[in-house]
Amino acid sequence: MFLVRILSGDTGGKVFLLVLLAVIVAVPVLNGLPADHPAYVSTYTVTLLGKYLTYALLAVAVDLVWGYLGILSLGHAAFFALGGYAMGMYLMRQIGERGVYGHPELPDFMVFLNWQELPWFWYGFDQFWFAALMVFLAPGMLAFVFGWLAFRSRVTGVYLSIITQALTYALMLAFFRNEMGFGGNNGLTDFKDILGFSLQDDATRIGLFVASGVALALGYLACRALVTSRLGRVAVAIRDTEDRTRFIGYKVEHVKLAIFTFSAMLAGLAGALYVPQVGIINPGEFAPLNSIEVVIWVAMGGRATLYGAVLGAIGVNYAKTWFTGAFPEFWLFALGGLFVLVTLLLPRGIAGLWRRREVE
Amino acid sequence: MGGVQELFRRDRVFDFMVPKVVDGLDLSHGTVLYMEDVSVAFDGFKAIDNLNFYVNAGELRCLIGPNGAGKTTMMDIITGKTRPDTGTCWFGARMNLLQMDEPEIAQAGIGRKFQKPTVFEHHTVFENLELSMAGPKGVWRTWRARLSTVEHERIDEVLELIGLTEHAQRTAGALSHGQKQWLEIGMLLMQNPLLLLVDEPAAGMTHQEMDRTVELLTSLAGDHSVVVVEHDMDFVRALNSRVTVLHQGSVLAEGNMDQVQSDPKVVEVYLGE
Repeated sequence: MFLVRILSGDTGGKVFLLVLLAVIVAVPVLNGLPADHPAYVSTYTVTLLGKYLTYALLAVAVDLVWGYLGILSLGHAAFFALGGYAMGMYLMRQIGERGVYGHPELPDFMVFLNWQELPWFWYGFDQFWFAALMVFLAPGMLAFVFGWLAFRSRVTGVYLSIITQALTYALMLAFFRNEMGFGGNNGLTDFKDILGFSLQDDATRIGLFVASGVALALGYLACRALVTSRLGRVAVAIRDTEDRTRFIGYKVEHVKLAIFTFSAMLAGLAGALYVPQVGIINPGEFAPLNSIEVVIWVAMGGRATLYGAVLGAIGVNYAKTWFTGAFPEFWLFALGGLFVLVTLLLPRGIAGLWRRREVE
Repeated sequence: MGGVQELFRRDRVFDFMVPKVVDGLDLSHGTVLYMEDVSVAFDGFKAIDNLNFYVNAGELRCLIGPNGAGKTTMMDIITGKTRPDTGTCWFGARMNLLQMDEPEIAQAGIGRKFQKPTVFEHHTVFENLELSMAGPKGVWRTWRARLSTVEHERIDEVLELIGLTEHAQRTAGALSHGQKQWLEIGMLLMQNPLLLLVDEPAAGMTHQEMDRTVELLTSLAGDHSVVVVEHDMDFVRALNSRVTVLHQGSVLAEGNMDQVQSDPKVVEVYLGE
């Protein structure tokens, strides 16, 4: 009943969810085929697809605030990275004595830096539930504090975009410092296992892929539930005419803060699923360019559709993988060219091709 | 020392303990809006200069004045968009508008129609009215909100009144200028405010539409207080209400249309009007 309500009128979303469901079921089955079978999907591909799915979830989070609330966040990769770091810290502590230095408690980089004991902010990360909580809380709290200050001062438009960019850049610089206690330049890596399952096992990798798919589906449905509620309509109203919404009696700052924080948490979840699949998290994830790339995915897929964001994220990243294999030096030109073409010819993105609901 | 002793005084409540927004509007003095000695300057230009302005409960009032007389700035002050440099502004006898922000003022019962019709272009006409509906507007309540039958009927009623019933499912951006004006008036009605501030409702309307607007605004007065800013003198005359003339940020004259028009000061300002 609930699903019917939030998906009514969302043909693209229904198609996307069905395809996603099919992929979640089919990929593990195809991975189980003998390696010389034509339909065989290698574990490498499974992990690659899993990575795309986490990117797609990040894109959905960005589309929620950009497409529906009008906040062009150029710093969402920061929330993604924070979620990733929370997961990375858990994975680091799972290594235990198997590290290069064999210290039972301290991760390798701390031993290397001659630290004697675990910093206080690493406490608790040996517990999965705590790390899982932090995956949401760390980005959520940053978004809340940042949003509270920014929205209350009524910073909007380009200025807001610039300070989100500054936010992620500042975090990048901070995380590069060894003294921060997050592994500095090298970040966190050399993970062994998650919840007791070895990260090298095919089964674990498939499990992570399925988890990413399920997270994407749930994240999509949660966003959909939000945008089809009256709160979602208020968000669009704020996007279109903020003043009018205020004079009707809505506390614009509160609505923005709630949705922005929720979106940051989704981005954090995406980051947390991303890290065990790629096996590393480092300050490079905070790079301003990463956040801009996410915005490009969403713009290409089609803003304010949610499934368009998924389409853009997967499409662009697939192209990236292919290009960086075939013509590595041309990828950025291709990305730039695609972006220009889409903005010029398809202002509503790829999803806009078959979506004609809105009036010109 | 005086500051410390102030804390121990037992005959008064600390300022920060006094609720900012008082429940219920106190109209016991028959006045819905008090603006006293209000001044505001933008970069040295006095947009509002020592303005005193009162609106009685249930009154229909027209506000006229040449461009730059401060009409829109005055509305900005009442609705919380602009803070005056000096002066006081009370809604009823007990609500201090200068301590409230725009949503609080709107929720307290002051509705505003902008000069340029401002509707939510990507929402349908129906959704525009739904969003404007009076009621709790916190984040959580809005997220859980479901349209009740009574609310649905209320929206249908307003749709009927503003003549947009058959356009209910069209996006507001596709409406004509006049229809948008009506929709915005409809949104005001959904808010069910005690005081309506209506900025140039007749702009871009045909004569028939104007007549209907006059009829609507006149019918609203009584239950609501209505302040209309308008340039069109025929329209103001048709409203047949008290008129306040603003000039250079303060009240130049007040009275009915004939009195105002024969006032030599007004004639001088409106040379050739």
